[in-house]
Amino acid sequence: MKTDEFRTKIEGSFHLVGGDFTKAGAASSELKSILTNLGISQDIVRRAAIATFEGEMNVIIHAIAGVMYYQVSHDLIKVVFEDMGPGIPDINKAMEEGYSTAPDWVREMGWGAGMGLPNMKKNADELRIDSVVGEGTTVEILIRIK
Amino acid sequence: MNVREVFDRLGLSVIVTGDLTREVKGCYISDLLSDVMANAREGDIWITLQTHPNIVAVATLKNIAAIIITNNRSPEEETVRKASKEGVSIAATSLTTFDLSGRLYQMLRC
Repeated sequence: MKTDEFRTKIEGSFHLVGGDFTKAGAASSELKSILTNLGISQDIVRRAAIATFEGEMNVIIHAIAGVMYYQVSHDLIKVVFEDMGPGIPDINKAMEEGYSTAPDWVREMGWGAGMGLPNMKKNADELRIDSVVGEGTTVEILIRIK
Repeated sequence: MNVREVFDRLGLSVIVTGDLTREVKGCYISDLLSDVMANAREGDIWITLQTHPNIVAVATLKNIAAIIITNNRSPEEETVRKASKEGVSIAATSLTTFDLSGRLYQMLRC
């Protein structure tokens, strides 16, 4: 992709399957290449990659399925995770570092340390969470391109 | 010091050969993948007990120089396959994380 095309919005989506750990990181790594090819600075790409990898993991760990949408314009990266999952009863609690509802076998893999949402927050300029218990969760992150 | 020198001097079994000429800038030790994503730096050696394929995805995303698996553990088959595809170097050792990191610390600090 050339810089000229980049003046309009670039968008796309990836399907995420709950429990499919073999594909973990595939969507974020592809988005990372897309952002790198657009010539976006390394620091911004690195932040987007970390935040989206964590978002991907949240869906894989907790939901049945989900979609990761992305939209890149000249000054903004927007990524939205929409899942069919259990929902988050207490979002403030979920944002606490170290709080996790992941099962033991997921923790044994080194995930579920309660760092996912905090990592997303640290690396994004804005993070919004909408959740309905029993239906699903939408997490939106915005990263500004300076 | 590059990855090859680190692997040689520590006497590790090399399991996946990626770019062994990569400069090693430091080291990060953790078995929590989100912790590595948050705190490891590009060019670090990552020492871990984890052996499943997600370590390759994390190493690729963070541009880690190489992964060393300690305590006589071996990476899963799928981990080796993914690492070969992505060019992520992996070595293993019978040393514990403490013993290995003590030696690596001496090498990187001297």
